[in-house]
Amino acid sequence: MFPDSKIPEGSIAEKWDKHKFNVKLVNPANKRKYDIIVVGTGLAGGAAAASLAELGYNVKAFTYHDSPRRAHSIAAQGGINAAKNYQNDGDSVYRLFYDTVKGGDYRAREANVYRLAQVSVNIIDQCVAQGVPFAREYGGLLANRSFGGAQVSRTFYARGQTGQQLLLGAYSALSRQISYGKVKMYTRSELLDVVVIDGQARGIVTRNLVNGKIESHTAHAVVLATGGYGNVFYLSTNAKYCNVTAAWRAHKKGAYFANPCFTQIHPTCIPVSGDYQSKLTLMSESLRNDGRVWVPKTVEMAERLRKGEIHVNDIKEEERDYFLERKYPAFGNLVPRDVASRNAKQMCDEGRGVGSSGLAVYLDFADVIKRIGEEAVSQKYGNLFDMYAKITDENPYKQPMRIYPAVHYTMGGLWVDYNLQTTIPGLYATGECNFSDHGANRLGASALMQGLADGYFVIPYTIGDYLAKTPAKLEDSNKVAINAQHPAFVAAEQEVRDRTAKFLAMRGNRTPDEFHKALGHIMWEYCGMARNAKGLTFAKAEIQKLRREFWQDLKLVGSGEEMNQALEKAGRVADFLELGELMVDDALNRNESCGGHFREEYQDEKGEAQRDDENYAYVAAWEFMGDNQPERLNKEPLVFENVKLSKRSYE
Amino acid sequence: MAGSNPNAKPMNLTLNVWRQPNRDAQGQIVEYKVKDISPDMSFLEMLDVLNEDLLHQGQDPVAFDHDCREGICGSCDLFINGRSHGPEKGTTTCQLHMRKFSDGDTITIEPWRAHAFPVNKDLSVDRSAFDRIIQAGGYVNVNTGGAPDGNEIPIPKDIADRAFEAATCIGCGACVAACKNASAMLFVSAKVSQLALLPQGQVERKTRVENMVAQMDIEGFGACTNIGSCAAECPVGISLENIAMLNREFLAAKATSNNLA
Repeated sequence: MFPDSKIPEGSIAEKWDKHKFNVKLVNPANKRKYDIIVVGTGLAGGAAAASLAELGYNVKAFTYHDSPRRAHSIAAQGGINAAKNYQNDGDSVYRLFYDTVKGGDYRAREANVYRLAQVSVNIIDQCVAQGVPFAREYGGLLANRSFGGAQVSRTFYARGQTGQQLLLGAYSALSRQISYGKVKMYTRSELLDVVVIDGQARGIVTRNLVNGKIESHTAHAVVLATGGYGNVFYLSTNAKYCNVTAAWRAHKKGAYFANPCFTQIHPTCIPVSGDYQSKLTLMSESLRNDGRVWVPKTVEMAERLRKGEIHVNDIKEEERDYFLERKYPAFGNLVPRDVASRNAKQMCDEGRGVGSSGLAVYLDFADVIKRIGEEAVSQKYGNLFDMYAKITDENPYKQPMRIYPAVHYTMGGLWVDYNLQTTIPGLYATGECNFSDHGANRLGASALMQGLADGYFVIPYTIGDYLAKTPAKLEDSNKVAINAQHPAFVAAEQEVRDRTAKFLAMRGNRTPDEFHKALGHIMWEYCGMARNAKGLTFAKAEIQKLRREFWQDLKLVGSGEEMNQALEKAGRVADFLELGELMVDDALNRNESCGGHFREEYQDEKGEAQRDDENYAYVAAWEFMGDNQPERLNKEPLVFENVKLSKRSYE
Repeated sequence: MAGSNPNAKPMNLTLNVWRQPNRDAQGQIVEYKVKDISPDMSFLEMLDVLNEDLLHQGQDPVAFDHDCREGICGSCDLFINGRSHGPEKGTTTCQLHMRKFSDGDTITIEPWRAHAFPVNKDLSVDRSAFDRIIQAGGYVNVNTGGAPDGNEIPIPKDIADRAFEAATCIGCGACVAACKNASAMLFVSAKVSQLALLPQGQVERKTRVENMVAQMDIEGFGACTNIGSCAAECPVGISLENIAMLNREFLAAKATSNNLA
């Protein structure tokens, strides 16, 4: 039996308003009797912590960073979508909703997506009021740009640093509440377990990363805003600390994990340059507004390029294949990310890839530079061009960039209902940490939108409904007070200590990074841009083997009672080693291609993804059944009452 | 596998690294050798190589802060050969590449050195003083909800652009480490300027600058003596003009404010 998704009754446009009226409220004087833990201080967590504190709740916020300003939301470059229709180009809440459902290849929940589109307009207003310096027109009004998967200009931006500016906005709101004493901030604290008592989330256990202290924190509700799990691939555009541990610990305590195989491979990243590579760097999708993607028309010419016999600028116009413009004339270079990535891979598989490895295509700005000049191009993309030059030692004003797809975002995550509550009452998941809004593929500039929507405008309403039904006195069903001495917390702390001791006791031969790289290789080869049953079956066995080796041969030094970054890493890799297998199971189960999940067995004659709506129009929500046990699949059927299921075409 | 420059030769380097077990312990410089460093590696990838070597030898790896490795999160904070974030202008440590060094070089790596930034371990320092300065007033007092339509606050493009330039500070602390007085004026001035320029920041303009400067002093940062090494070493190019603006804002606030003594 699948848990209730709690989608409100009524027409799609009325659901959220009706729901906001129907949810129970906590009276202002009572709010101060409730404690809420927020884990993660990126866009979703920072916005939630600040907004909940403004309402009067006592908030404890946690981050493993040294400051709440450093979460990886900060690295988002291109922008944030909102259905403002400031450009008079036909945008509306309904169109943003429609584009998002279609862009997600019809694997998202309609009601959640519609709400996201509705509150998108409030986000822009809120951020402007905070002093976020969005790009402006000469008349002083807000500027917009277009983005992949949309035919309107609805993306608000702050040069190539939109995520930074939005995060600093949320950070400022959070800082304000810290100064008022309504948020107690715990930096350099990593969640290592979620504590569930009588079936309800009642707190967390953390490790202080500076002195190693294990600490218990109680609350009436816990909000996870801990981001995505793209680092399971080792190489990704995620920051180095990004991990699945908080979500995975919650999963093992009973929260379902939904659609784990839905990962987004971003088409425009700087290609890998060597085995030492520690992470990949994204070049914003906004570059595809003006950059033209191409490879040489012939394999022979690509080979000469790779050997350095000819220079890219020597290749004549008629010898270039602008493959996205050729195959998708309506959207051209602005096709959604999954389509652009797969096509780039296809070109490289055909032997027409460029760069010394042959795993790259060109992103060319010669046309736009000719049209508006270097100065104007620099105004739009200056910081991105500089970053590219720094990393590659090549000048993108003078020759095309080389790009290749890389893991960027995970659409899967903790299963949540319409209220963003997981299958554990009192435990919520927001932002990239949950699965809810992007289906099988996320559109550009929608991650920032979702993080802030969840944090500023959804969780403050929905969490009240739960707290209004929860007694303010923290005690269990036997009237035992819930505090750090409660047996459940004592046991959770002991479990965390035992696990740490186990990591340190092995004194094996392989470092956490070596295991992580090995896992990443398996995931990228067999559960990456293209997957098939044979490869996935092989990968499953490989991951199990690697996991066994990890628990016998891990190399660490030092103790748990000090700053020990390799130990931190080991804990994260251990969880990735379990998640990886679930991703493979999910990819094996989904016998269709949709969005970022491309199963080679399911494609049409043109190589486009072939969905199976009859059998797979559902959310796959996995239930943990015990260590090394197969997880149980629960299916939440997706009902489309407003958007007609059709083949996703961008031609 | 070759990188963007297939002819680049691997390098062997000597590293002098500050090692300090914890905040209260004595620290010292320890020498290490690293071999076969590709010029296409980032500086932190070179440190990854060192740390993997140390771990394999059963020695404690060097603790350092880092995260996004694309120059925006502000986590990385190394003092390399006597300079914040090393020799390349306008670059964070994570975006510094080894092609800026030569085979046989000796590189000295220290943490930020400032009274207000105590060392956690090795190269990792505690920069929470910056957070407390922001908490003292680096925000607009606005609750979630009830904000007017974004376009109801028109802002001239040049003002918006100047505010944006100030707002790009990544809070890394390079300015403090570069300053012989360990002053935090560039950091504070960036936030003060951003909000003083924008219409949204006008209501609290005076109290903000007074409170933030007061907190800066409490934290034990030094005074500004207009040397300008902060701006010279800032990885994102925060301009000295912001400090001039901070001084004007502070003076004006002190002369006219009835909020604080």
